[in-house]
Amino acid sequence: MAKAKMKGGVRRWTLKEIFLTYVPVEPLKRWFYESHRKNSVLLEQKTEIKPDQFLKEALRDRNETDGYQSLIKTPRKSNETFSSMRSRNARIGTMFVLPFIIGFLVFMIGPLVESLMMSFSSVTIVRGSGYESQFIGFTNYKYALSVDPEFNTFLVDEIGRMAINAISTLVLSFVIAVILNQNFKGRTAARAIFFLPVILASGVLPGIEAQIGSNQEITMIESVAEELSSSSGINISETLQELLSVSGVAGSVFQILFDMIDAIYDIVMASGIQIIVFLSGLQAISPSLYEAADMEGCTAWESFWKITFPMVSPLLLVNCIYTIIDFFMKNDNKVMELINEVMYKQVRFGESAAMSWIYFAIALSFIAVSSVIITRGVHYYED
Amino acid sequence: MKTNKTEIIRKRSFWEANRQSGGYLLRNRVSRIVVSFVRALLLFGLCFMIIQPLLTRFSTSLMTERDLYDSTVILLPREVTFDNYRIVADLTNLPKSMLNTIWTCTLVSALQVIACTLVGYGFARFDFPLKKLWFGCVIVTIIVPPQTIATALYMNFVNFDILGIFKHFTGKGINLHGSLVPYSLMSLTCMGLKNGLYIYMLRQYFRGIPKSLEEAAYVDGCKTLRTFVKIMLPDAKPTILSCFLFSFVWQWTDLFYTRNFLSNYSIYSNELSTILTRMNYYFSTESGKPTIVPVGRQMQLVSIGILVCCIPLIILYIFTQRTFVESIAMSGTKE
Repeated sequence: MAKAKMKGGVRRWTLKEIFLTYVPVEPLKRWFYESHRKNSVLLEQKTEIKPDQFLKEALRDRNETDGYQSLIKTPRKSNETFSSMRSRNARIGTMFVLPFIIGFLVFMIGPLVESLMMSFSSVTIVRGSGYESQFIGFTNYKYALSVDPEFNTFLVDEIGRMAINAISTLVLSFVIAVILNQNFKGRTAARAIFFLPVILASGVLPGIEAQIGSNQEITMIESVAEELSSSSGINISETLQELLSVSGVAGSVFQILFDMIDAIYDIVMASGIQIIVFLSGLQAISPSLYEAADMEGCTAWESFWKITFPMVSPLLLVNCIYTIIDFFMKNDNKVMELINEVMYKQVRFGESAAMSWIYFAIALSFIAVSSVIITRGVHYYED
Repeated sequence: MKTNKTEIIRKRSFWEANRQSGGYLLRNRVSRIVVSFVRALLLFGLCFMIIQPLLTRFSTSLMTERDLYDSTVILLPREVTFDNYRIVADLTNLPKSMLNTIWTCTLVSALQVIACTLVGYGFARFDFPLKKLWFGCVIVTIIVPPQTIATALYMNFVNFDILGIFKHFTGKGINLHGSLVPYSLMSLTCMGLKNGLYIYMLRQYFRGIPKSLEEAAYVDGCKTLRTFVKIMLPDAKPTILSCFLFSFVWQWTDLFYTRNFLSNYSIYSNELSTILTRMNYYFSTESGKPTIVPVGRQMQLVSIGILVCCIPLIILYIFTQRTFVESIAMSGTKE
């Protein structure tokens, strides 16, 4: 057997083992032999050695000195693939994971490569037999970035919105989780309500009402509502907003803050899962830590920053990635809508593929950057 | 002596005690009240914000068209009518589309959960070559937006072929588009909606179960598959159930996969997404003359459509709320 390479106490897989796990050698061999049996019947008959004859020969070879020892130590047969429990387990494990592997190769890698090719070519639909494509280089990407009137602006808009929303989602869900972690009446009910958007704000539901606005130029109800609100007394929040932004002190900062506050509905609707994840992290912190801190004279504020925050920080990464993905894939996302429209209404598959690849690349880089930033600041607690 | 003292302390009035503690007691109590008040206010506000759209939708759904434009009517309709529901039911092809939705959702999510459970168990318990690579691929499936591969998938199924077998016989692939086959195939191979997430959740769960349980079974001569079915599955029931619920609920509202794979079926989310385009036609044929539906009315009908979509989910959620929340909580804490 090949020399075992150790890594962290676990032997690494050799190339041969990897090969044997994924390629069903034994059944193939058997199948091969079966199918060729008829041809080789004569040959087999000639060379076949009967068991007792084999035994006799072996004994004669060994000069009958070491008895049956040599027979016990017969060399391993060449078609015996699984030498150990470990390789057997490996084969069973791959059997369990096989559905995913097949699905990934057929329905993910295949289409992914195909759509990448599509984004580099002009695609024309041929009735009955799919499509034809012609390689045209980066033309589709150029189209998406410089010719299409909306893609650029939508992209920048959405990314800006996402950056702000992601940060505020994380902050808000953390705060709510801290609040929900305290003991008060109706905690379970509040938790259930905060989780409700995960179910109700998915799929078609958020996008459908926005369609009405885009169909009509101005939504009548909105304009009426605006008039009503402006006539009926003072709108405190708007007045405050105007006052603060006119005052000239850090106007742009306030603008971002106002955007955040305006988006609070979206943010709360998007933070159901994050709240629960943070909450579970909070509940996993052992109370003895707080007790010890209290004995040492920590205030609640200090113990929040020294205990609660560091202990929950690993979950920040999970939540951040989830938030970004969730936001990038939402149905009411303008870029997604545009891609869908280009694909289904304008039937320009090449261009839409290019757009979605640009979008995907940006999403991926966002996830990469944020996870690098967060993993640096994260503290991993080990029991 | 001792009992006497505590009685005295207990009998003292609050103010006296406060004075003795140097104002600490009062400060403590006031701050506690203020904190709980602010907390209640904040939570109530946020919860109200989540629930409020549902309530307004419900109240407007009962209004007649005249009430809708009456600015003195805000929440309570002057006369309650259920006529709007009938119109929406007609528009969305209701009993049929709902039944179709229920049946496809159940089928698809059952397939997805079965596949994901197997895969999750494989990732949790077995060590095999390239395991890390495949698990990275699971993460990739979570990250890749389905829009990226939509076109290619669509083409794939219009002209479906496995290694050119069908082409060999009939000259071209078979058109699977519009049947349930493509999506069930994808569900069976963990490529459905958010399936990566379910794999992750189930893996986390299986990793948490002590290994000795299985080892005992192995020692007693139980084979792998039997151990999995007899020992691991009963243990993982809550998580599997919650994955099923998630899958069901998300499938219920999903538009992307239904539009791509089940466009011929009358699925509720599909009907809902095209409700606006059919509205004018519907009212025109009903009144016998061309009519354009005003925006307010459109909004009302759409929100009824949304409400109809939500009601079964809400009922489901009320009964299974714990399962939903706890499974997420569990998959979050570990690792």
